[in-house]
Amino acid sequence: MTTTIPPQAAGQAPTRPRSGRAQSERKLGWMLCAPAVTVMLLVTAYPIGYAVWLSLQRYDLRFPDDRAFVGLDNYAAVVGNRLWWQDLTNTMIITVASVIVELILGFALAFVMHRAIFGRGPVRASILVPYGIITVVTAFAWRFAFDPTTGFINGLLGTEQSWFTESWSAYVVIIATEVWKTTPFMALLLLAGFTLVPDDLVKASRVDGAGTWQRLTKVIIPLMKPAILVALLFRTLDAVRIFDSVFVQTRGAQGTESLSILGYNTLITRLNLGLGSAVSVLVFVVVLIIAFLFVKGFGANLAQQRGER
Amino acid sequence: MRGRSTSDRMLWALGTVVVVVYALVPVAWLVSLSLKPAEEITDGKFFPRDVTFDNYTGASGVFEDDQFRAAMINSIGIALIATLLAVTLATFAAYAIVRLDFPGKTIVLSGALAIAMFPPVSIIGPLFNMWRSFKLFDTWPGLIIPYMTFTLPLAIWTLSAFFREIPWDLDKAARVDGATPFQAFRRVIAPLAAPGIFTSAILVFIFAWNDFLFATALTSTDRARTVPAAIAFFTGSSQFDFPTGQIAAASVIVTIPIIVMVLIFQRRIVAGLTSGAVKG
Repeated sequence: MTTTIPPQAAGQAPTRPRSGRAQSERKLGWMLCAPAVTVMLLVTAYPIGYAVWLSLQRYDLRFPDDRAFVGLDNYAAVVGNRLWWQDLTNTMIITVASVIVELILGFALAFVMHRAIFGRGPVRASILVPYGIITVVTAFAWRFAFDPTTGFINGLLGTEQSWFTESWSAYVVIIATEVWKTTPFMALLLLAGFTLVPDDLVKASRVDGAGTWQRLTKVIIPLMKPAILVALLFRTLDAVRIFDSVFVQTRGAQGTESLSILGYNTLITRLNLGLGSAVSVLVFVVVLIIAFLFVKGFGANLAQQRGER
Repeated sequence: MRGRSTSDRMLWALGTVVVVVYALVPVAWLVSLSLKPAEEITDGKFFPRDVTFDNYTGASGVFEDDQFRAAMINSIGIALIATLLAVTLATFAAYAIVRLDFPGKTIVLSGALAIAMFPPVSIIGPLFNMWRSFKLFDTWPGLIIPYMTFTLPLAIWTLSAFFREIPWDLDKAARVDGATPFQAFRRVIAPLAAPGIFTSAILVFIFAWNDFLFATALTSTDRARTVPAAIAFFTGSSQFDFPTGQIAAASVIVTIPIIVMVLIFQRRIVAGLTSGAVKG
């Protein structure tokens, strides 16, 4: 993230203001940011610190008198348990599968929106429906559609599949729900990326004899790489916290339990704040690792992409 | 645009149709499920044979359900207040970031970005425990506070991107022409800033309207339970039948406001979601 002032703002203060003014400007800037920053720190930084503190204790709300400092025991218990690794794997399966499908579908969708000559309005309005609709509602819509008693999918496919009683088919429905709901967001981020590709360059490569596929892989995708990486990062981190659709469709049954469901069950259902907080902190670490990999490994530049020039 | 052959046009038209169908089929399915009479719910057909509004206004319809009515009021109230607060705080911060020169503004922006990626499940435990001791558990503020926090980053980024495009110099020009500072703000700057503020309000509202995790973890009764949680835990009047029809009806009702917003403000929402994303 660069610290330079945007050009417009710089243009307004052609002469360097005197230090008195600079100081009052500085003060006003901090004052205006203070409320937002305070709220964000109090409701995220403080609780995550508190979660770390809780995770070092044996603290079960059903046995509040049994509270004691236990060091890293909770972490050992979580990491030593097969369930954590199982749920981490489940979450990764859902994340990787849905993000890949979304990337491909989203790219196609963005392409249609970019090139559509008529019906751009209806396309844009209709893809915003999945984006805006409540996730719980989406999850029910797909659950009812696949359910063998209420659904139409089995009739459509001519199968008798009982989708939510087998692991692979439950995954198919969960991933399909996730893909349907979030592909539009991916498509919009990619659509913004399409404007990074100068039309002239594409035309020039066509004149030079590049076919459609070559134009796509040699010209368009490399130029869009920053936008693609940011879209992937945003969607991956979003998919890792998947909770709503798994909760509504399987509650984690048939080996579909995600990390967020594990955290929720330990904290809210079983009221084990110590163990649950250890899960919470570990989920936070997983998210940090993924973000780090994207930024360092792939060179996703968020600052450059999201506004600050 | 460049010349296109008829087959090319047909292809794009087909693409458009595919996209519209993709987006609307699940919604249409919920609508038709909600209009089915009880005995048709399990017939496995997409469309109802006899249309009925029983799931809405019937004796066991959602309009007659106290849980659902309470959840509607909670959802609307909580989402609106959270939106108002988040957008107000974000407007101050975004104005400072765009217009003023002070050290630390990049920290504010990158900190906000970090929070945007923060997994909410990591703080539901601490919040659950804190809210119980602060008497915020199962109250409106108990949900408004996390919603406001988790939408602040989105609001700050969107507003900063919009504010950068405003020709702030017009304000000076108006004052040279004799307008008072307040007039200059009200007649010149406010109308220019309003669309951006409005757009971020829509995005924040959608987030708050949508949330399920906080709503299930931090509420327990009709006092503060919002629609997503109420739908997920809806048991219906009969203990034996799963209330598919009523859930579909409730889902349709809460989807209508979103569809209306999307239809009216589609251009703004797209601009808001992609704002800043391309300014390399």
